Amino acid sequence: MQVTMTINGTEISREVEPRLLLVHFLRDHLGLTGTHWGCDTSNCGMCVVTMDGVLVKSCTVLTAMAGGREIGTVEGMERDGVLDPVQEGFMQEHGLQCGFCTPAMMLTARALLDATPDPTVGEIREAICGTTCRCTGYENIVRAVQWAAEHPAREEVTA
Amino acid sequence: MTDTIASGTEVPISAAGNPIGFGRMLRKEDARFLRGKGHFLDDVQLPGMLYGAILRSPHAHAKINSIDISAAQAHPKVRAVITGEVLATLKLAWMPTLSGDVQAVLATDKVRFQGQEVAFVVAEDRYAARDALELIEVDYELLPPVVDACRALDADAAVIRTDLEGRTDNHIYDWEAGDAAACEAVFARPDVVVAKADLLYPRSHPSPMETCGSVASMDKVTGKLTCWITSQAPHAHRTVYALVAGLPEHKIQVISPDIGGGFGNKVPVYPGYVCVVVASIVTGAPVKWVEDRSENLMTTGFARDYHMHGEIAATPEGKILALRTHTIADHGAFNAVAQPTKFPAGFFHIFTGSYDLEAAHCKVTAVYTNKAPGGVAYACSFRITEAVYFVERMVDILAHDLKMDPAEIRMKNLIQPDQFPYTTKTGWEYDSGDYPLTLQTTLDAAGYKALRAEQAEERARYERTGEGTLMGIGLSFFTEGVGAGPRNQMDILGLGMADGCELRIHPTGKAVIRLSVQTQGQGHETTFAQIVAHELGLPPEDVEVVHGDTDQTPFGLGTYGSRSTPVSGAAAAVVSQRVREKARIVAAAALECSPEDLEWTPGRWQVKGSPTHGRTIQQIALLAHSNLELPEGVEGHLDASAVYNPPNLTYPYGAYLCVVDVDPGTGGVKVRRFVATDDCGPRINPMIVEGQIHGGLAEGIGMALMQVIAFDESGNCLGGSFMDYLLPTARECPSWETHTTVTPSPHHPLGCKGVGESATVGSPPAVVNAVIDALAPFGVRHADMPLNPAQVWLAMQGRPVRTDLAFT
Amino acid sequence: MLLERHGPDARLVAGGHSLLPMMKLRLAAPEFLVDINDLTDLDYIRVDGDEIAIGAMTRHAAVLSSAILAEHYPIFRDAERVIADPIVRNRGTIGGSVCQADPSEDLSAVAAALGATMVIRSLEGTRTVSAREFHTGPYETVVGPTEILVEQRVPIRPGSGSAYEKLDRRAGDWAIAAGGCFISLDGGGVVTDVGIGLTAVGAHHFCCPEAEAFLRGRVASDEHLIAAAAKAAEAANPQTDQRGPADYKRHLAGELTKRALRRAVARARGEEA
Repeated sequence: MQVTMTINGTEISREVEPRLLLVHFLRDHLGLTGTHWGCDTSNCGMCVVTMDGVLVKSCTVLTAMAGGREIGTVEGMERDGVLDPVQEGFMQEHGLQCGFCTPAMMLTARALLDATPDPTVGEIREAICGTTCRCTGYENIVRAVQWAAEHPAREEVTA
Repeated sequence: MTDTIASGTEVPISAAGNPIGFGRMLRKEDARFLRGKGHFLDDVQLPGMLYGAILRSPHAHAKINSIDISAAQAHPKVRAVITGEVLATLKLAWMPTLSGDVQAVLATDKVRFQGQEVAFVVAEDRYAARDALELIEVDYELLPPVVDACRALDADAAVIRTDLEGRTDNHIYDWEAGDAAACEAVFARPDVVVAKADLLYPRSHPSPMETCGSVASMDKVTGKLTCWITSQAPHAHRTVYALVAGLPEHKIQVISPDIGGGFGNKVPVYPGYVCVVVASIVTGAPVKWVEDRSENLMTTGFARDYHMHGEIAATPEGKILALRTHTIADHGAFNAVAQPTKFPAGFFHIFTGSYDLEAAHCKVTAVYTNKAPGGVAYACSFRITEAVYFVERMVDILAHDLKMDPAEIRMKNLIQPDQFPYTTKTGWEYDSGDYPLTLQTTLDAAGYKALRAEQAEERARYERTGEGTLMGIGLSFFTEGVGAGPRNQMDILGLGMADGCELRIHPTGKAVIRLSVQTQGQGHETTFAQIVAHELGLPPEDVEVVHGDTDQTPFGLGTYGSRSTPVSGAAAAVVSQRVREKARIVAAAALECSPEDLEWTPGRWQVKGSPTHGRTIQQIALLAHSNLELPEGVEGHLDASAVYNPPNLTYPYGAYLCVVDVDPGTGGVKVRRFVATDDCGPRINPMIVEGQIHGGLAEGIGMALMQVIAFDESGNCLGGSFMDYLLPTARECPSWETHTTVTPSPHHPLGCKGVGESATVGSPPAVVNAVIDALAPFGVRHADMPLNPAQVWLAMQGRPVRTDLAFT
Repeated sequence: MLLERHGPDARLVAGGHSLLPMMKLRLAAPEFLVDINDLTDLDYIRVDGDEIAIGAMTRHAAVLSSAILAEHYPIFRDAERVIADPIVRNRGTIGGSVCQADPSEDLSAVAAALGATMVIRSLEGTRTVSAREFHTGPYETVVGPTEILVEQRVPIRPGSGSAYEKLDRRAGDWAIAAGGCFISLDGGGVVTDVGIGLTAVGAHHFCCPEAEAFLRGRVASDEHLIAAAAKAAEAANPQTDQRGPADYKRHLAGELTKRALRRAVARARGEEA
């Protein structure tokens, strides 16, 4: 079946199997490999993207169900060569190690800060509890989000 | 602007703002990960690439009567179906393990664990490959499974390894260390207090967020096999492929791309890896296989599964005299663990821990069971997780029996600073340590006395009202042994554990360092540049770190067991020092003086007493490539190589304290605080070291409170998905309070000790000790991990269960 | 209409977080999926006379943050805070959850506790079923293959208090056990009405009429709340699994019901938010 959607602001149209999961569509058909997958039971949160501005687990969305919607992935966070403050914060505060959960964590942080510009530590931990990290013990991820909250404007890239 | 490291020396800062040497430096590798441009295994796309899927056994133990693959082969998108029978014609149905056993690649006679590989389908896309699995028919004949490791040697237990000639039981080996007679003499003394306990370190799984996988591409024209593998040890994998598959090693290239977490899960050679190589040869196309999460949890290298009976002897005043254990090790259906050959039980015999004892003895009996193979994984430092859990629980149990404070009993028994280097009763030579300082640092940071006072008040309130939570305080003092290892003692499959390193300075003063270790998130691209910066005064942004591709890097045994800094880091320091010495000769030639007239300041050789006469390392690099006349015997260019054979392990250590609040009404446990003081010698990049520690501390909460791979009596795996195998989220973790002491290693060129696994080793006993401490009013002396709410409640009723089996 | 056309091989998909996981495990393989995510007119929470009406397409996140529900029935917020995780709650719907009919579904117990009315629509028209008759077994409801749940209605009970107490092993986990209730008191502190719901412990229709009957007409003293909770524990019929043995879950049924009742009473008295 034919599916049309907007991805990071660009409209795309493709022929897909009805059962194709959105995560595989993004990764295998469009080459947007920044969105990852890590489980079969909708638990791990590696596959998080935004759909019409709302965080969703793309392993639990059929590509067909994303038709007509606006999808945002990690590849869309940087704009004109300038990193999102969340991305900058993750670097400044060592909020990533292996990098596998990082796209999901950063999109989640961006959505949280858009709704709650000055979150408490508890609100940050609650917001990210749908994505598992094995490397960082979460401490520096929390600090990264706090950094982004304290530096909300996009500045020149350091990375 | 300068930075200051622990020793007080100021470190210059480069133009890009990075420390030229040790210090907090933001990571170079972040640039790609932040943009979603990491290159992980499943990101690898090759033209014409096919996809593999594995058919797995639903049964724990069964004969295979027949396999019918005809319907699968007829599927329009299927290009090949490979069975054990096909592999047998290539002598690949079985492969040697890293422990001198053999393991099945695809089952032929029997299946021996639920999830075992039975057939490999290759298709045009990943969904079709999975569809085709359903078309394969296997006729199984069920056999009684062996699930309980403690019953694996019973007379009526089914024999699992009927493939091995003359096998009549499930026994793998017995291994001993220490002095049984000396121990017995101590335990027999009349004045001695003895405490006994049975401690289970249940089967757990590292579960990195990226599962395992491989892409194999055999080029028929050149005869070159290129494999991308989620491998923590690409060179070791290449050599194993050469030995196992009979392919010439110079025609094999193994590439470890970015790895989404290893934790020991990505050390073994898995059947899926072998199958993609065969599939690529058979189909003439590149083939990719990536496992899903249930395959990862059910069939890849698990960790732990040690059933430890422990006995500790002490004076009535709490001076520990002796410690002994008989442990049953559940290895699953094949002995496939990776550890130095001379130590089949890994480094478990470091179980005397951080204490000065008179005698110690351990005996480990390893058995087969109808479960996935493994045991050494998950940041265990070769079984040191088990050893430290054992001793730290035994010390707490002793404290409980003697009614002594757990901090006091530890302080009383710690090895003292003037006893280093300290040789333990099982033959380890600890290099350096100031244990009392580290323990005191943690106790002070935690406010130990105030915590105990608060606990006393809470207990009194609970006794009065029967409402509210109960606080627990748990300690753990651990000594790790990492950086395997000295050539004459340690090898894996006959390969020595020395690591190579090559450093080359380009004419314009930029450098490339090639490593044999393999990062999975530890930040090697940054810290190894900092080592070169430290030794040569080159800005770290001018040092490129190359790793992961066996065609581009020297041989080494990879990254696990926290060995990168102790071994490869030492190699990097040595090779940098060799380059520096060569630079001295080149500088002397340029300055027309003798090399002995020169002294080094960071980045520059200059004439003693005449500092304006000198050359920077960048100038020397250009000179080394120029037409400058060099002394006899000195060749041009500015590079060096080294293979570092460590003289000993390094011994990082730490003191951890955990505070929990237990809800007696439900058994629920909340971790309130976690205080950790770590000593790994000087820290190359304190930010990265702290990050490693944070991660390991979270593992401790997971293992202590929620993670377990249990089995029911039919051998069904009960931890095969993230709905059952629970990993801690940000909600379950407190904000870690970390502290540092610095005691350098006397034998490491930089004084550094490894640290990657310290927190995973030290953290679980701190959490378990805290929960058991909280339950003291109920008379609880011990209960096995994971201390999930049901187990806590059962412990309060006086009947905690074996957590490796199903609840009944 | 689409369901009529495609018959039993068609399934509705809303949030998809019950159906898609089953499809991925190959436990469900519908031939046709009818995506109802565009039925945004079924996404609402509003006061409708003396009832609160919740559209079946309302996402968990909206139930959690609803000011109307927070004011009248904090049991919803108590439950939603520990249902799945924040990202899954963006997609999963209240209708999808109760129709999935998992024995551990928290919102089924909430509906049973509150005596909600389920509104079901088909081409033939609309019918209503009490929440306590909605589930016919594990993963089975009275909603027929050509019907769709469109709404849940809950009577507004001025002066009542409600609460939900759940124990799980980790964020996002299903309940080991949970208990929820509403309670209405008269001026003398006597219970005029009460509804008690239980999750994951095999309670018939997710509720406990015996405990409710005991409390009605009695003073809401702690002694009576504890006795009612004990009846809830008796009525539970839990299964042993890896979350724990049956006797432990039975204990939890009582303990959590007791806590929910205490909190509901405190809220009814205005002593707690």
